[in-house]
Amino acid sequence: MKRTAWTVSSWVLALLLTLPIMALIYEALLPTEDVFRHLWGSVLPTYISNTFWLVLWVMVFSFLAGVPAAWLMAMCELPSKRWLQWALILPLAMPSYIVAFVYTDLLDFSGPVQGTLRHWFGWQSVSDYYFPAIRSLGGAALVLGLVLFPYVYLLARTAFMEQSMSLVQSSRLLGCTPWQSFKKVSLPLARPAIVVGLSLVAMETLAEFGTVNFFAVNTLTTAVYDTWLGYGSLNAAAKISAIMLLVVMLLLSMERMSRKRQQVFQKHMGQEPHTGYVLTGVTKWSALIFCWGLVALGFLLPFIILCYHALRYFDQAWNSRFFEYSLNSLLLSSLVAGIAIVVALVLGMSHRLTGKTYTQIPKRLASMGYALPGTVLAIGVLVPLTSLDFAINDAALWLGVTEPGLLFTGTMTAIAFGYLVRFGAMAIGSVESSLGKVSPSLDMVTQTMGYSPSAMMMKVHVPLIRKGILAGALLVFIECMKELPAALLLRPFNFQTLATYVYQFVSDEQLELGALPAIVIVLVGLIPLIFLNRSLEQAH
Amino acid sequence: MPTKLGLSAAALLVASFTGQAFAEEVNVYSNRQDFLIKPIIDTFTKETGIDVNVVFLKDGLGERLEREGRLSPADLLLTVDVSRLMDVVDKDLTQAVESEILEESIPAQYRDVDGKWFALTTRARAIYTSKNRIGKREDITYEELADPKYKGKVCTRSGKHPYNVALTASMIDEHGVDYTKTWLQGLKANLAQKPQGGDRDQIKAIKDGVCDYALGNSYYYGVMLSDEEQRETAEAVYINFPNQADRGTHVNISAVALAKHAKNKDAAIKLMEFLASDEAQHLYASANHEYPVKEGVEPSALVKGWGDFAADKRPLVDVAKHAKTAVQLVDEVKFDL
Repeated sequence: MKRTAWTVSSWVLALLLTLPIMALIYEALLPTEDVFRHLWGSVLPTYISNTFWLVLWVMVFSFLAGVPAAWLMAMCELPSKRWLQWALILPLAMPSYIVAFVYTDLLDFSGPVQGTLRHWFGWQSVSDYYFPAIRSLGGAALVLGLVLFPYVYLLARTAFMEQSMSLVQSSRLLGCTPWQSFKKVSLPLARPAIVVGLSLVAMETLAEFGTVNFFAVNTLTTAVYDTWLGYGSLNAAAKISAIMLLVVMLLLSMERMSRKRQQVFQKHMGQEPHTGYVLTGVTKWSALIFCWGLVALGFLLPFIILCYHALRYFDQAWNSRFFEYSLNSLLLSSLVAGIAIVVALVLGMSHRLTGKTYTQIPKRLASMGYALPGTVLAIGVLVPLTSLDFAINDAALWLGVTEPGLLFTGTMTAIAFGYLVRFGAMAIGSVESSLGKVSPSLDMVTQTMGYSPSAMMMKVHVPLIRKGILAGALLVFIECMKELPAALLLRPFNFQTLATYVYQFVSDEQLELGALPAIVIVLVGLIPLIFLNRSLEQAH
Repeated sequence: MPTKLGLSAAALLVASFTGQAFAEEVNVYSNRQDFLIKPIIDTFTKETGIDVNVVFLKDGLGERLEREGRLSPADLLLTVDVSRLMDVVDKDLTQAVESEILEESIPAQYRDVDGKWFALTTRARAIYTSKNRIGKREDITYEELADPKYKGKVCTRSGKHPYNVALTASMIDEHGVDYTKTWLQGLKANLAQKPQGGDRDQIKAIKDGVCDYALGNSYYYGVMLSDEEQRETAEAVYINFPNQADRGTHVNISAVALAKHAKNKDAAIKLMEFLASDEAQHLYASANHEYPVKEGVEPSALVKGWGDFAADKRPLVDVAKHAKTAVQLVDEVKFDL
């Protein structure tokens, strides 16, 4: 492939992925009724401040949990590390609305925690004591932080592991304490990856619907839903979405501007023998309690409670179609993860080959879908796909053959496309932060040896950034396993994913019955996780 | 340049998509969960041999239908909540059905004049009261929940949930906008906690002593009573049907309509008529403890035990037309915040 071909294909891909967003922006620009003005005058300011605080708290939590855990796993020797390093990714496999439900059950008035407290202190009613309400902004931030911090952990750990140990060793030889060396060397080097992780967390929080709805925290996303369903105004809903998109673009570009002048390339890709810090005594125990505590709160506890519900309602919940739904989810998620990685590589490499700033644009464009709530995105997906379907059917009419009907909209294509638009950003971000660490001199050398760009990519870059590719693929996979709103709206007949199956019960306030399929989501999500971790270990 | 191979492949593709039309089938877009309608549909398939395919679409059924236009595979729409139904009807996504069976089975109040929709079940917006602290309140009204004497004693789910929107819309239809706004403000001032959770959570909140009164749909009470795990919670409250002395209790509906571009019209109408039969009405209503619309069909034994009540007789179309204003009022008084 020639360079122009790379550039062209990256633009084509980016435009394809932005079609749904274009459709929404077009919708937003149409003249509006006074719904939007009315919203400004009443509830929108509160929604905006709620959204701001929620995103901020979740980011802070994810940073404080994810970065130390990543550094401990990448740089230190701890007992049980073999288990811990992948156990810390487990919370990702938990759909957040399930975790929200579990903690509500645990911490509300009639739950075991408050019940025990009442029993100990002899309190009788609600008015006798104060207990923080789980159904609140703080509660939502906590739950989201618990399930989202692994993004930061995963990307930061990959970055720490890819760092050349010689840099850390040099800093130690030059008299840095481990803490100084972390602050001055490891952290700045890992910054791009951490920022990608945090921006994933922020966007995920921004587009989050299940948990905030469950906790009655009104955010911009719930406003989008209300506006669309309550006021019946897709136009005003699209306007709110467009504002959210603008905010996301602004945040991302600000961050990039600030990072512009820092470019660090590594001459070695962390392949030298790794000697970590060996922790002992108090440090060891604090580190262990910290890491295992995160695993317990984000995964083990909800999982055990799910198992308890699943066992209690097993007879009602067990049905033979699990296998089919699991297969649906698995196929769909693997397919999208694969395509997303190809897209990410094309976009990442084409930017690298030209090295011009404007070739960043396709990457940014293709990442926009992530900040959109699933339902709104689904409508955006319907617009171009139905147009395409109509074009095909009109052509069939014109040719005088039978109309084929909805070839794209009524099939898995629609869901897969929707997922690609929504989660492509994760693969793009992950591949990008790994590619950024490959020195351009490698490209020059390879090209002077007469390799074509595509051969160079396959022979040089892909092996070097294998971890980043795998991490990106895994993130996309797990997200697709859990994704709900878009799947609900784009589903063909008689088609269920595990998530839509769980949701049938959730939406009817029968979460207990959804426990069993929820467990299956988690278990199916674990398969690639273990696989990924194996390959990371072998590479190390 | 189209090659022979390409053309034959296209022809095959077309054939594969159209070849499925030999077996009689009905495609349903549904607001209702599969497990609620599955027993009825299985019975229908057994009796007629017609296959039924269902897609459960919680939100956005109308949007999807609108985008699919004339190519939509949907034949039948099963909806809950009258304003969501009207949304689809007003967008001209349904078509008129003429059927003696449907007209005889379903009372005029519960169907469209032109046959563009037919209600199948009704559910009452009840007020639950604490058994220990309040007792049964046969004389309770929606209006009095806004009375300051109930300060800190009332619970409800989000004001924007379709069931609460419909109730607010019926208040607008009865009392006008200004009164309803004041009523919403009074109700908000009486709330024991921020609107949260679903209707069952309100019953749970009464049991926990968070509040003494709560708004909720009748069927949730039935579902909880018939679940061993939740029965104890449900037994802490009484179900009361408000406004029995005046206009009657506000009811909402679940309904069926024939999609405008239905490809399997005959089979779809057969299914509609089946849904209005005594057998299906009883099954459909008891699956979720709702009230069948058909005269003479019994609800489930449990529901029957709550006694008869007078339902608000106003046409549901009048309620639906105030839905947007109702949402606006809920926002204006910041009911959920």
